[in-house]
Amino acid sequence: MTDFLTARRAFLKASAALLAATTAFGGATTRVRAQKVSTSARIVILGAGAAGTALANRLNDRLDGASITIIDGRSEHWYQPGFTLIAAGLKPANYSVSETTEWLPRDVDLIAEYAADIDPEAKTVTTTSGTSVPYDYLIVAPGLRLNWEGIDGFSLDMVGEKGIGAVYAGPEYAARTWAAMDRFTDEGGQGLFTRPATEMKCAGAPLKYAFLTDDYARRKGSRGNVEITYAAHSGSLFGVPIVNEKVRMLFEDRGFNTVHNHVMRAIDADRGIATFNTPDGPQELPFDFVNVIPPMTAPDVVRNSPLPWADRWVGQGYVEVDPHTLRHTRYPEVFAAGDVAGVPKGKTAASAKWQVPVVEDQIVSQLAGSEGTERYNGYTSCPLITRIGRAMLIEFDYNNNLVPSFPGVIAPLEELWISWLMKEVALKATYNAMLRGDA
Amino acid sequence: MEELTLTTLLAVFEEMFGAGLFWIMVVAALAITVGYIYVLIRDRAVSWRKFLLAQLSMPIGAIVAVLFVQFVTHSGFGDIGGPVDVIVLLGIAVAGAIGAAILVYTVQSLVSRPASS
Repeated sequence: MTDFLTARRAFLKASAALLAATTAFGGATTRVRAQKVSTSARIVILGAGAAGTALANRLNDRLDGASITIIDGRSEHWYQPGFTLIAAGLKPANYSVSETTEWLPRDVDLIAEYAADIDPEAKTVTTTSGTSVPYDYLIVAPGLRLNWEGIDGFSLDMVGEKGIGAVYAGPEYAARTWAAMDRFTDEGGQGLFTRPATEMKCAGAPLKYAFLTDDYARRKGSRGNVEITYAAHSGSLFGVPIVNEKVRMLFEDRGFNTVHNHVMRAIDADRGIATFNTPDGPQELPFDFVNVIPPMTAPDVVRNSPLPWADRWVGQGYVEVDPHTLRHTRYPEVFAAGDVAGVPKGKTAASAKWQVPVVEDQIVSQLAGSEGTERYNGYTSCPLITRIGRAMLIEFDYNNNLVPSFPGVIAPLEELWISWLMKEVALKATYNAMLRGDA
Repeated sequence: MEELTLTTLLAVFEEMFGAGLFWIMVVAALAITVGYIYVLIRDRAVSWRKFLLAQLSMPIGAIVAVLFVQFVTHSGFGDIGGPVDVIVLLGIAVAGAIGAAILVYTVQSLVSRPASS
């Protein structure tokens, strides 16, 4: 009996020690939250996407007493990096869908309308219902507008029929695109992939879908009946030269036909012909399946305001900001974050993730009476899926330098299983943590 | 990735599995570990017969862990593309093996006590 009592005592002591050690360890390694700043500033955020929501949470944490208003007319929050997985038949459409309100802190006011006008001189934003929202600081983060009218003969209700795909259009359209691509890789024919000549979000996604279609055809044994043509909008396949070379080699390896300087301007779904502008005049390319990606611009409310660059991205309307601080060059209380920022790189969720702490630091430091020290270096990340089960983790900055997050462990230009695992399993979780301001 | 801190990692795992499931998994793993330490202290010795059975379960644990990860990620052995992938694969196998051994040993020991001394 005494043996048992001794054993039990020893066991209880050991458990207590283990518990104490875990708590101490957890406490020691918890990131110290930066100091709160007291203010009565009015902060208005245009757009509750990745950047807008993350900033709402972070500023709400850091600022004591500020009034934060976020304006977004869409009740759904879309996890856009999930669209490719939906269009690859790996996830259902609702994988990318959540409620905007789910991610916003209680203290932030959500105006569930779209913005109609931005007046940076009067420092107000007006919504579609005419409500005027004054601000001390404005964060412009409404994302990009997909200009489907830029493709003659195309309309969204065509998606899923006659081989028409449109992965970018939304979760339901991505699911319909999967159905069309699935049918195509069963039946065979001409697969046509392209991208617009304008700036776009995630310049890797058009390539990913070509790779995925190719992979499905191979798995089904129908690759012999399938021809894949990639119509590049310019002389290269990707903006970063070292990546472009790798993609070119992979395209050769996969047997893709590549044509350059083709910009899609029209589509005839019944005849299965797409028309492209090229330096040699209009060219027609046939398709049995096509992934239509439209020209993209800033939303009208931004384009019609004084905020865009006058001499860069003319007509596309991206916000004129300093590339490293994301602060507007002419209106110092205005910031841009996410896809709408007029910076040379960085239209991905990962870029938004890196831009958010910079904007947070700039605003909070200014309210505290000091200078912000954080800088954005143009970091952009693209887990370029090259087949189901493998991806190439591409990360680069403004200088087209590769900036791997896991140097020495995850090789940048290699098709790896671990990069696929991260994309499929960990990426959405990391994104969600970012929305809450925790990552 | 800007900084990989413990809180970031916890936040990511919570999102991956859902906060409820994640912490249940943590508690279950801790409970099994505690149970393992308990039976070691209670018996003041490792029962080598039980340990043999635990060891025999290790390859099964390794294979199950690898197949499980492949199943939930729609991938296979053909997707191993570089040295880090081999390391990840081995890491999953080892984790499965150790987990299976501890689980089997603990369950055996809780079910049948050794003869009292």
